[in-house]
Amino acid sequence: MVETLTMVFSLRFSSLSLPPHNTITLYTLPHVPNHRLRSTSNVSPPSSTLLIKHSLCPCAAPTQQQHLLVPEEEEEEEELKCINESPSLENDSLPPGLRRECMPRHVAVIMDGNRRWARLRDLHVGSGYEAGVKSLKTLIELCCKWGIRVLTVFAFSTDNWFRPKVEVEFLMSLFEGGVKDEMGSSLRENIRISVIGDISKLPKSLEELIINVEESTKNNSQFQLIVAVSYSGRYDLVQACQRIAMKVKDGIIELTDVNESLIEQELETNCTDFPYPDLLIRTSGELRISNFMLWQLAYTELFFTQSLWPDFGEADFLEALQSFQQRWRRYGE
Amino acid sequence: MGPLPNHIAFIMDGNRRYAKKLNLIDGAGHKVGFLAVTSMLKFCYELGVRNVTIYAFSIDNFKRSPEEVQSLMELMQEKIEGLIKDESIVNCYGVRVYFVGNLKLLSEPVRLAAERAMLATAKNSKAVLSICVAYTSTNEIVNAVEESVEEKIEHHESEPLIKLVDIEKHMYMAVAPDPDIIIRTSGEARLSNFLLWQSAFCYLYSPSVLWPEIGLRHFLWAILNFQRHHSYLNKKGEQLQHLLQDGF
Repeated sequence: MVETLTMVFSLRFSSLSLPPHNTITLYTLPHVPNHRLRSTSNVSPPSSTLLIKHSLCPCAAPTQQQHLLVPEEEEEEEELKCINESPSLENDSLPPGLRRECMPRHVAVIMDGNRRWARLRDLHVGSGYEAGVKSLKTLIELCCKWGIRVLTVFAFSTDNWFRPKVEVEFLMSLFEGGVKDEMGSSLRENIRISVIGDISKLPKSLEELIINVEESTKNNSQFQLIVAVSYSGRYDLVQACQRIAMKVKDGIIELTDVNESLIEQELETNCTDFPYPDLLIRTSGELRISNFMLWQLAYTELFFTQSLWPDFGEADFLEALQSFQQRWRRYGE
Repeated sequence: MGPLPNHIAFIMDGNRRYAKKLNLIDGAGHKVGFLAVTSMLKFCYELGVRNVTIYAFSIDNFKRSPEEVQSLMELMQEKIEGLIKDESIVNCYGVRVYFVGNLKLLSEPVRLAAERAMLATAKNSKAVLSICVAYTSTNEIVNAVEESVEEKIEHHESEPLIKLVDIEKHMYMAVAPDPDIIIRTSGEARLSNFLLWQSAFCYLYSPSVLWPEIGLRHFLWAILNFQRHHSYLNKKGEQLQHLLQDGF
């Protein structure tokens, strides 16, 4: 049907050519990339223009503590300390084509396409998930190697509870096995593992395992893997609102204290110093967020690829990072 | 032909790049951009899309140069006053207009013009146009959270329980259903703090065309792709209903 309609429109508008599916044009960064350090307080229009400090390190989103809006009269360029510095990394650990100063600090991934991958090969759906786990392990290794500090993956959404029971049970046992496998290497490699989502809905053994692995890796600081399980971006905001309501009821805070910073502190991503992904990758060609982190994705660069998740490897990740590094992030300016 | 979207939202990006590309004076890109708004609205309402939302001015945009902000405010006031006229596009198509955002942040003339336009179109009932000005989604959510919490506290509930529907009804955008498509022009693929809550399941389309150059073919392409994905959206809608019933 799409092809027929395409032909009809081509005939009617013969001088035009239809744009390809998901066209993204990459803009070259200006010579001195803009750097926007986002204030987390309630935003109101300034009475005079606030100039952003320019930096050669443009891309990563700010932490809560950085609030560097300077008045117009201090109009000088300064090199800011790179907010994604990983001092332990060698400069040449990055593949050619990527610039160290423009690496995202926090990457998020919607790992879509496992079932389609299995169906295309006449395999059981479980094989797709198992292949997906391998892709995830590769991605974790690459993030560690290339100095990305946080990786958040959408492993299981609240909507996924509606999948067939057998499939859900398979996934739960896959998670449990995966967490047990990763526990040892995480401790050795200084990787912190956090889980966001409503884990009370998970099998008891998995819930306990998650609490255990979070506790035993909580002091690891080289890299953080955040796994979103039984997670929904809207649920995250509802529970933050709920916590705020209880604090107001108990007199811990006033209603007038409610602002963006407070909500950020109550979201489940308060397990990390860098809650805002710089880059979101979604595989398998679906062009939507599907109720993943909503608040946190306010300024995130979105990269959609046709590759199915089990096929997503180093070359695909490199392509996503190169696309990210060519984006011009203006934050409304 | 497949189902039509009920709500399309636009992030109208690329006006300044368009002006630079054509060597136009500052502000001219936005004036041409307004013509694109008019044509997109016509396409939407002619096709039967009942709800349209446009991201006209973000709270973040206040950080642009004072001259640019002033020029944009003047353009907005001029165009808002145009909406009230009998022959305006909104009256031709029976469109009720809402200005969505933290309107207190606007200068008084613009805010008053917006209020007059909302009043003047209040009786229109065929379609809805939501114009996001002085808007960011995070600001909208903060406001909705404040109002939800205040409502529960006022009812003296010993254990206030906030649900998804409580927050939703306090959103500025509660005047329209969630968008089915968000179209952002100029090739940027990000939401820029626009409809973060409402876009949870919607189809995101980012053509490389600059906003003043958007035309019928881009509009139709977005519709066709929406139709291809529609069965997915239906399923999500049903699942969300279940979640709402479960008290999320």
